[in-house]
Amino acid sequence: MLQFSLWKKLLIWGVCALGILLASPNLFYTKVEESNDAKALIELAGVATPEQTAKADAWPAFMPSSLVNLGLDLRGGAHLLAEVQVGDVYASRMDGYWDEVKNALREERATIGGIRRQYDNPNELRVRIAEASQIAVAVAKVVEMRRPVVSLSGAGSFDINVTSEGADVVVTLSEAEKIATDKRTMDQSLEIIRRRVDEAGTREPTIQRQGTDRVLIQVPGIGSAEELKELIGKTAKLTFHVVIGTTGDENARLKSNQILLPDQEDKAVYYILEKTPVITGDHLTDAQPAFDQNNAAAVNFRLNTTGGRIFGEFTANNIGTLFAIVLDDEVVSAPRINSHIPGGSGIITGNFTIESTTKLSIQLRAGALPAKVIYLEERTIGPELGQDSIDAGRIASMIAFAAVLVFMVASYGLFGLFANIALIINVALIFGLLSAIGATLTLPGIAGIVLTIGMAVDANVLVFERIREELKTAKGPARAIELGYERAFSAIIDANITTLIAAVILFIMGSGPVRGFSITLGLGIITSVFTAIWVTRLLISIWLGRTRPKTIEV
Amino acid sequence: MRLKMVPSDTKLDFFSVSMITFGASVLAMIASVVMFFMMGLNYGIDFRGGTTIRTDSQITLDVGAYRAALAPLNLGDITITEVIDPAAQLTGEVTNVAQIRIQAQEGAESVTNEVITKIKAALNAIDPLMTFPQVDSVGPKVSGELIQTAVIAVVLAISAVLFYIWLRFEWQFSVGAVAALVHDIVLTIGVFAVLQIKFDLAIIAALLTIVGYSLNDTVVVFDRVRENLRKYKKLELKQVLNLSINETLSRTVMTSVTTLIALISLFVLGGDVIHGFVFAMIWGVVVGTYSSVFIASTILLRLGVKRDWSKEAAKASGQYANIDA
Repeated sequence: MLQFSLWKKLLIWGVCALGILLASPNLFYTKVEESNDAKALIELAGVATPEQTAKADAWPAFMPSSLVNLGLDLRGGAHLLAEVQVGDVYASRMDGYWDEVKNALREERATIGGIRRQYDNPNELRVRIAEASQIAVAVAKVVEMRRPVVSLSGAGSFDINVTSEGADVVVTLSEAEKIATDKRTMDQSLEIIRRRVDEAGTREPTIQRQGTDRVLIQVPGIGSAEELKELIGKTAKLTFHVVIGTTGDENARLKSNQILLPDQEDKAVYYILEKTPVITGDHLTDAQPAFDQNNAAAVNFRLNTTGGRIFGEFTANNIGTLFAIVLDDEVVSAPRINSHIPGGSGIITGNFTIESTTKLSIQLRAGALPAKVIYLEERTIGPELGQDSIDAGRIASMIAFAAVLVFMVASYGLFGLFANIALIINVALIFGLLSAIGATLTLPGIAGIVLTIGMAVDANVLVFERIREELKTAKGPARAIELGYERAFSAIIDANITTLIAAVILFIMGSGPVRGFSITLGLGIITSVFTAIWVTRLLISIWLGRTRPKTIEV
Repeated sequence: MRLKMVPSDTKLDFFSVSMITFGASVLAMIASVVMFFMMGLNYGIDFRGGTTIRTDSQITLDVGAYRAALAPLNLGDITITEVIDPAAQLTGEVTNVAQIRIQAQEGAESVTNEVITKIKAALNAIDPLMTFPQVDSVGPKVSGELIQTAVIAVVLAISAVLFYIWLRFEWQFSVGAVAALVHDIVLTIGVFAVLQIKFDLAIIAALLTIVGYSLNDTVVVFDRVRENLRKYKKLELKQVLNLSINETLSRTVMTSVTTLIALISLFVLGGDVIHGFVFAMIWGVVVGTYSSVFIASTILLRLGVKRDWSKEAAKASGQYANIDA
C-alpha cells in the first residue's frame, strides 16, 4: 500500500499541479477579469486601443484564464422568474382565422345566408349563420380550411377543431396546434427578452427557459429587479389603424369591429378606430430616434417587405383619410395621408423628448412580447451587500482554515502537517474544478467550502486514529501505517458516499444558491477523498522512505 | 506533546445510561413536534410567499417609525426585525440594518413595481439616504412548489441513504441510521420552532447537509461494529457496540471539533445573510454526533444483529479483499 509506482506518483502530482494551475487565476480575480474583458472587446472590435492591450497583457496568455463565476448574491444584480401567459396568444390566433373563415363562408352565401361573428369567448371563433338548417354546409366549408400540424407529437392532427352549436360554427385550436403555438410563443418571448436585456448592455446575463412556460432571467450588475421588469415588460406595441371618427365621450357606442382609444396627450379626446390594424409592429424592421421638419424629436421607422407593400397599398387607396399611430393602446398621432407612401418607411411625430424617442425606438426595435408575462419570483441584491458577503466569507474561510491547520498539527504533529498540505491542495482542487467547469460560486457555496475544510480532514483523522490503534499492537511503523490505510478505507468510502448522496439530491432538487452549495459540497467530498487517500499517503510514503524511523508518534 | 481530545484508551459504557439518553431524546423529539404544532415555524418568503426588503440607514434604527411609515400603505401583515451581525457587534459597530417582511399581495404573484416604489418612498421620508440592498419577492405559486420540492428532497435523501446502508450493511443498521437521522431533523425543526429563526430554502440545504454529516458519523461507528462483529464472534452485541464506539470515539470527537471550528468561524464572521443556515449546521453537527452514538447504536442493540456470519464469511471476506485493494 505504501509503494507507489512512478506513473502513479506522476499522476498524483500531475493532478495536484493541474488543480493549482487552474485555481491560480482566482487569486488575481480583478486583474484576470479585466484582462478577459479586454480580450473579448479587442476580438469584437478587431482593433485594440493601447489601454485595452495593456489590460489584456496584464495576465499572461499561457496561463489558464477561467474564473469561478460569482453568483448574484455575491456580485449583486437581479433575478426574475417569469411566466409567459401562453394562452393569451390563442385569442389573436382566432382573430387571424376570422378573415379566412369570413371569405370561405361568403362563397356559400346563397346557401347559408349572412354571417356574423359572436365575440363571447376570445379563445374561440364563433360565427352565426342566418340559415341554421344549413349549418352542416358551413361546417364542411370551414373544415376544408384545416391544415395538418407539422410536429413530431402532433402527427396526423389538424390545426383547428370545427364544431357546430345551433346556428353557430365554432372554431377552436386543436391540442396539437396549441402545443405548437405555445412553443412558438415561448421561443419568440425568449428571443425578445434576450434582445431587450442585451440592449441594457450588462455583462453575462442568464436567460433560461424553465419547464413549459417559464423563463429565468438573471442579470448581474443591474440596479434592481424593478428596473429589469420595466426593461422587459414595456410592451411598446405599435399598430396603425384606420380612423373612423373622434369623440369626447369615453362611453361612445361602438360597432363590434371598432375600438375606442384615448389620445396620448389630450385624454379627453377619444378616437374611434377600426379594430383590425392595418399594420402591426411585427412588420417593423428598424426604428431610430430622429427629428421631424420642425426639429421636434420623432422616431423614424422602416417596415419589412410585406409590411411595406401593405402600407403602400393602404396609403395609395386611402389618400385624404386619417390613420392613427397607436402605441400601447394610446393614439400618438393621427396624420392625414397626403400621398402614396411607397418603400415602407415613415416617421412618428408626437409629444416626444429626445430621451423618450431613444427609449421608444429601442422598445420598437425589440418588438412586442407575443403574450403577457407575469413574475412569480424576483430578487435584488445590491453590489455592496454582495461585496460584504464576499469579504465576510473570505475572512471566515481564512480563520476556519488557519484554525483547522493549527488544530491538526497540535493533534497529530508531523502527520497533521501532511494532512494540512493535503488540505491546502484540496482547496486548490475545489477552486480549480469550479473554474474549469464554469460553476457559479454563491454565498452558501462558500459555506460549503468552509464545511468541506472542516470535514476534509475527517478521512485523514480516520486513517491517523487507525494507525494509532495499529501501533499499539506493535508491528513496526511501516506496517502500522499500511494497516491503518487499509482498514480505514471502507469507513472512508461509506461515510463519504452517504454525504455525496445528499449533495447529489440537493443538486438535482435545488435551485440558485442551494445548488451552488451542493456543487461545492459534492466537489469537496470528491477532492477530499482523493487528497486523503493519495496525497497524504504519498507524502507519508516519501517521508518513510527518506527517514526510515524505528518508531513513530501519530 | 500532542493535543488529545479523548484519552487513548477509553472504556466507557455508553449503554449504562441508555435509558436516560434514549428517554431524553424521545422526550426532546415529542417536545419538538409539540412546539412545531404550537408555535409553528417562522417560514421565510420562500415557503409562504411575500416580500422582504433589507434597509440600510445612517440614522439610528427605529422599528416603530418604520412601522408607522408603512401603515398607511395597507400592505397587510408587516414584520420588521433588526438585523444583527455578530461580527459588527464584536467591533461595537452600529449597523442600523433592518429586514421588513410584507405578506403576499392580493391578485399578484411577485410584488409589483408600484408597491415597491411606494414602500421605498415611505421609508425614504424617514431617511432620504436609506438604501435597500436586498429585495426578495416570491409569489404564492412558486412558494407552494418550493415547499413540495423541499419535502421531496429530504424524503428522497433519507430513502436513498436507507437503501445504501441496507446494501452495504444489514437492514438493522439501516433502521438505526435512519432513526438517528429522523431524530436530528426533528430536533433541528424543534429548535427552529422554539427560537423562531427564519426557515427558508437555505435551511433545507442545511438539513440535507446534517443528514449527510450525521450519517457520516453513524457509518464510521457501524463500519467498526461490522468489523468487530467478525473479529469477536463470541462477544455479546452490547460489548461489541461499546468497544466499537470507544475505538472510534477519538475520531468522532476530532472530526466534530474541526467541523465546528470551521462552522463557528463562519457563524461569527460570515455575515448575517447565512446566519440561520450556519446555525442549523452547527446544531446539526452537535446532535448528529450525539445521535450516532446514542440513537443509532441503541436502536441497533435493541433490534439485534444476525451473528451467524459463518455461511457468508467466505464470500464476505472475498468481497472485502476487493474493496481494500
